[in-house]
Amino acid sequence: MDGKAYCEYVSKTAPRTAELKTLLAAFCVGGVICMLGQGFTDLYAYLLPQAEESLVGSLTSMTMIFLGALFTGLGIYDKIGSVAGAGSIVPITGFANSIASPAMEFRKEGIVFGLMAKMFVIAGPVIVTGVVSSVIVGVIYRVIAVA
Amino acid sequence: MRIGKHTFAPNGGVYVVNTASIAGPNEGRGRYGSYYDAVLVDHDWDCKTHEKTEIKMHKYAIEQVIEKSGLGREEIDCIVGGDLLNQLVASTFAAREFEIPCLGVYSACASFGEALAVSSFLLGGGNMDNVVCCTGSHFGAVERQFRYPLELGTQPAPSSQYTVTAAGAALLSTKKRQGVPRLEMCTVGKIVDFHICDANNMGAAMAPAAADTILTHLKDSGRGEDYYDYIFTGDLGKYGRETLHYLCKKQGFDLSGCLNDCGALIFADEQKDMQGGSGAGCLAAVFCSYIYKEMCAGSMKKVLLVPTGALLSKGSSLQGESIPGIAHAVALEI
Repeated sequence: MDGKAYCEYVSKTAPRTAELKTLLAAFCVGGVICMLGQGFTDLYAYLLPQAEESLVGSLTSMTMIFLGALFTGLGIYDKIGSVAGAGSIVPITGFANSIASPAMEFRKEGIVFGLMAKMFVIAGPVIVTGVVSSVIVGVIYRVIAVA
Repeated sequence: MRIGKHTFAPNGGVYVVNTASIAGPNEGRGRYGSYYDAVLVDHDWDCKTHEKTEIKMHKYAIEQVIEKSGLGREEIDCIVGGDLLNQLVASTFAAREFEIPCLGVYSACASFGEALAVSSFLLGGGNMDNVVCCTGSHFGAVERQFRYPLELGTQPAPSSQYTVTAAGAALLSTKKRQGVPRLEMCTVGKIVDFHICDANNMGAAMAPAAADTILTHLKDSGRGEDYYDYIFTGDLGKYGRETLHYLCKKQGFDLSGCLNDCGALIFADEQKDMQGGSGAGCLAAVFCSYIYKEMCAGSMKKVLLVPTGALLSKGSSLQGESIPGIAHAVALEI
């Protein structure tokens, strides 16, 4: 048996993700996290009736980021993630988890070369993508606006 | 003495006179929980880092096996150790406390096989009398080196395996003792690469190497497929075990009567472990507890150990390299 035939055999027989089950779990957990976010938005809008929408949005983001980091520190977020998959990775709490978890993990190598240097190993690409795509969108917007 | 192409038998007897094993909490709840010499209550064992815990586990296993044998430390000629961490920091750092010459071996999760093979050459060549083989792995230490931080909320792939927290040490000696297994021969494995690139499916990456080594061993030794009571592969996992069956069958060998896998066995059925356990401590701990005790009790007489290793680093995978496999075979009889 050569490598090619073997790879074909493996791709046919390897255990697959139970998609229906994992999609449902991701949908439910992701949905609950978003409902929680909406709940905070409504709460802040109720408590601060004079506040602008952007301030309420920022407060909600801050709260969700705090909760994501807190549950990471408590050792709960990874357990949610093992069930929910993308359901808990995609929301902003997942972003907080991706920064807090390497910070905790690499704290052992010291504050500067461990925690600070490794904090963004996972979130870094997300930030780079965000910055680069916003520059591209900005340039396109400028071109269209001039035209 | 060379037998066939890649198989070597020691000149004179080499005996596995004692073993010692230590396992983490999940492994302790697994199938062989009662066989280990010690089971940790948590992953830390009062250490600040998991690397330090792994060093402590290696040290414990080496200390225990020397103590059980009744030999003095000065009578041990060499420690042959291995682990999965970069620069073998667990096994070599553990050995610094013993003032015994040390050799480091690396065949990823097949390191215990390499350690046994190297030891049989050292002992069978007439150069040494007593050698300790020790390999181990720690889930937390391996995870941060090869994968992600522990607290990151990722979902394990169904084809993946769980790196075991365990270490096993075996003391090999040229002095004959009654009622202990004799190391008959070793087949040193080739690197086999069938171009599997999925780091979440190590069983598939390693199965061709295991098949190659087992079949080479049987051809070299002139033994049939029913010679061994048990053939234990290292950590192919449940899927890898099935793949190995398939590969052997394709070449006309039906090993379904004797073939099993330590990774597929180490956890209990009710433990959620995907395809099973893996790691340099997997076969080491299962051999140094369950298999060794069963052999000494006489319920297993002819055993072929085939630890399997997937040779990859985080960088090699990112650079698009495939995952070559390796497996060494060690024949033991009582």
